[in-house]
Amino acid sequence: MRPILMKGHERPLTFLKYNRDGDLLFSCAKDHNPTVWFADNGERLGTYHGHNGAVWSCDISFDSSRLLTGSADTTVKLWDVKRGEQLYTFKFDSPARSVDFAVGEKLAVMTTDPFMDKTSAIHVKRIAEDIEDQDNESALVIRGPTGRINRAVWGPLNKTIVSCGEDAIIRVWDPVTGQEIMSTKDHENGHKKAITSLCISDDKSHFLTGALDKSAKLWDTRTLTLIKTYVTERPVNAVTMSPLLDHVVSPASGWDGIEKIRPEDGVDQLGTADQVVLGGGQDASSVTTTDHRAGKFEAKFYDKILQQEIGGVKGHFGPINALAFNPDGKSFASGGEDGYVRLHHFDPDYFNIKL
Amino acid sequence: MMKILRGGKLGIRPRFSNIIVVDHLPQVPQENLISWRALFARFTIKLVLLRKMVFGCLLILQPIKLLVIASLSIIHLRKLSLRREKLMDISWISLISSPSTCLMRLRSLWRVPDEWAPPETKPYTPTENLHQWLTDAKARDQFVIRASQDTEVLWNDARQMKPDPVYKRTFWTESFVQWSPLGTYLATVHRQGAAVWGGASTFNRIQRYAHPMVKFIDFSPGENYLVTYSSHEPSNPRDTHRVAINIFDVRTGKVRRDFKGSADDFAVGGTGGLTGVNWPIFKWAGGKDDKYFARIGKNVVSVYETETFSLIDKKSIKVENVMDFSWSPTNPILALFVPEFGNQPAKVSLYQIPSKVEIRQKNLFSVSDCKMYWQSNGDYLAVKVDRYTKTKKSKYTGFELFRIKERDIPIEVLELENKNDKIIAFAWEPKGHRFAVIHGDNPRPDVSFYSMKTAHHTSRVSKLTTVKGKQANALYWSPGGRYIILAGLKGFNGQLEFYNVDELETMATTEHFMCTDIEWDPTGRYVATAVTSVHEMENGFNIWSFNGKLLYRIPKDHFFQFIWRPRPPSLLTPEKEEEIAKNLKKYSKKYEAEDQDVSMLLSEQDREKRRLLKEEWSSWVTKWKKYHEEEKLEREKLRDGEVSDEEEEYEAKEVEIEEVVGVEEEIVSFDFE
Repeated sequence: MRPILMKGHERPLTFLKYNRDGDLLFSCAKDHNPTVWFADNGERLGTYHGHNGAVWSCDISFDSSRLLTGSADTTVKLWDVKRGEQLYTFKFDSPARSVDFAVGEKLAVMTTDPFMDKTSAIHVKRIAEDIEDQDNESALVIRGPTGRINRAVWGPLNKTIVSCGEDAIIRVWDPVTGQEIMSTKDHENGHKKAITSLCISDDKSHFLTGALDKSAKLWDTRTLTLIKTYVTERPVNAVTMSPLLDHVVSPASGWDGIEKIRPEDGVDQLGTADQVVLGGGQDASSVTTTDHRAGKFEAKFYDKILQQEIGGVKGHFGPINALAFNPDGKSFASGGEDGYVRLHHFDPDYFNIKL
Repeated sequence: MMKILRGGKLGIRPRFSNIIVVDHLPQVPQENLISWRALFARFTIKLVLLRKMVFGCLLILQPIKLLVIASLSIIHLRKLSLRREKLMDISWISLISSPSTCLMRLRSLWRVPDEWAPPETKPYTPTENLHQWLTDAKARDQFVIRASQDTEVLWNDARQMKPDPVYKRTFWTESFVQWSPLGTYLATVHRQGAAVWGGASTFNRIQRYAHPMVKFIDFSPGENYLVTYSSHEPSNPRDTHRVAINIFDVRTGKVRRDFKGSADDFAVGGTGGLTGVNWPIFKWAGGKDDKYFARIGKNVVSVYETETFSLIDKKSIKVENVMDFSWSPTNPILALFVPEFGNQPAKVSLYQIPSKVEIRQKNLFSVSDCKMYWQSNGDYLAVKVDRYTKTKKSKYTGFELFRIKERDIPIEVLELENKNDKIIAFAWEPKGHRFAVIHGDNPRPDVSFYSMKTAHHTSRVSKLTTVKGKQANALYWSPGGRYIILAGLKGFNGQLEFYNVDELETMATTEHFMCTDIEWDPTGRYVATAVTSVHEMENGFNIWSFNGKLLYRIPKDHFFQFIWRPRPPSLLTPEKEEEIAKNLKKYSKKYEAEDQDVSMLLSEQDREKRRLLKEEWSSWVTKWKKYHEEEKLEREKLRDGEVSDEEEEYEAKEVEIEEVVGVEEEIVSFDFE
């Protein structure tokens, strides 16, 4: 597969998000303008002007009509996707980082960074259906975790908020009372270093976290049970999960074609009859001789169940900061420190990786 | 004695640290006491001269014991210990000058009973079998790795495609670890000295060797002796470093000989490191009996023998301007290199030890540098000679090849086809007659293989082949010969080519990205490549089969060392080995069957593991699906009754709509001509 190089940002990418239909791709970068692209050919559809600082994350409503962006200019803005107009600006006293719409889009969770003497916080805001009724009031403010909160997302049925950040702890909060319900604080196999990213499954049943301790971990949302751990050789900046196949992509960067791991000559090829598994055939000892000479900023694919590396996609000239799978599972996008978004449509043989 | 001290008129604080005991004085009649005092005054003056500041001295002359009490500051005491040799030349004085042990020593002397009793005979307790590891049922090899604070010894279980832990210890060493040359011991290095470890099933400490601030260690080839080295910062920055070297007996832990001096004394020849010292300073003659060792000095080569730990014939070999030397790995033959000096040409000479007879010499002209390479059996010596061209502007390289085992040691000169090619690496085939050279100036140099034998004429060097344009800058022969890795380290990012020299063909071309170290296991079956912490990323090691198949890789952060445990030489006779090689099919059957079993078992286990993983996963997925189903209604409610959920399948329909915008009629006139 040949990637589509999308050059629209002038600064490093920070976040990528597909809309639900998978036809639009929203990108955020340290330049001030979130951008929307056609997800199939990578053509730029438009930009959203108004922020005055790096944009750290965004979320798109279920019907793709509204866009929420969190920026270091201490604001979160609500946009009209189609016309590119600002609908409302939420103001904070410190830089905003993560934003996430609740199911139904009547609520949104936003996080703010520690700044001067302000600690980090998780804010729950009501989103009015009619923009005239929108106000800046927070329904709930949660403070507590030390250091930056890198991501906060809604759990199933908006009954929980899952947050993670620099303290390496994943916490689950009650979005009404602000009580901490669960955390991985005493979890012996929890992350050891700052958690950089979190990606929740479509049905919100499980989520994947990536951390600087060179691992990504898969958790059950309802019980906070550690299900899987994916170990890599470098710090994980971004994670995403294939909605189609049982893969996980961890720290990402560019493109050359997924390098497949060669099956070990002597070892029997193990059957992979189960349609859930893609490319789970061989021993961990025979992982690929990955050729990552140029910078080795690579997106790595792991088998979700077997926790084994399947292959990698290279191409970026810098670390990969953002990753997103198209909801149809047939393409994915990566955003790098180099300012490029690379859009990869999988080759047919990707869907048959069976080793 | 304390009474005497307390009653002392000197006003010095009596501490055991400032008492020097002078013992074994001759019995002095009372009337001669005065003259003895005078003699002692002289000695005291000497002490005063040495240390400039002795606040006071008290001499107590008793029939057999005499105490010199001096109040010294710590610094002075330290200086004193350095000058001990000087004091020693008053031969009847034995000084116990180690300040802290002074009292202890004295006390133990006092406790010696007057009656002699025969020593008790201790019953013999068998020691552990230090060679247990060689009897491994699966004939595996061990290796030691050091990563972060952990030092770990592991089996290389290539069949299982993973290492099998033997022993692990955190903070086992303070700087590095090292196997003894035959693999019996693992040496660790600490601030207080070195220690060796070994044993049947685990690693117990076998012996300690006290040497404060030890920096380097080196075993003799038969692992009978351990040389330790330390250098100490001088208190005056203009002085050179002080160097201390001890040679220990490995088994008893006793010092057999020590050397002390300034770093300059030990920094002759070659280019030294930071401290100006080339390690090892003492080079051991080859062979298991550890008979001779030698070091280079200014215009001399000093050869010691281990019977008495003194110079052979009590004198060194005088060689003007000697620059470098090396031992034959098997025989007591010493090769020396003397550079050009004035009208004297440069020369390479071979000396027989212990007779010190020069058995061969070769004069060389316009030499800029020389390097000596011995073949592992001591059959051949290659001397790489860098020469100036006539204009003296550029250099070219040639080889002088000595056939040590042949009569009169014939010498052959080998020059590369392209004389101007730079030599990047050179390596003899272990136990063989071939060697490999990487040469060339371009970014992709060539690799040539030569043999010391030809089909018809046995003593003639011949080229086997040249492989062109390789990304290689280092050569790693298999310890069994025949196979070689052409490695591109550093600038080449860890390119590896596994080459079969018998067939002259490449077996595999691969890469271990950023690889810094390559080491064959002692049997030549496996190769380890490692990225050590000189790089920040990619730390860890890979294990390959001899033909370049990656068996497994272990990433480890802060990876410092990987060393295979050496094996002692095979006990089989060459005839027996040949017989085995001939009937390899017969012998290999058994092992192939074992391999087959293991691989079956592995895939069986793997399949089972995978099945369990899948079952576990599907139980999660079922649970999630159930929840998702149950929550469907609530979710719809949250979305204001919108049914559309992620389960919904939507279809893209192409709808064509034709709209009639308007109808207009126009009469077009035709012109028929």
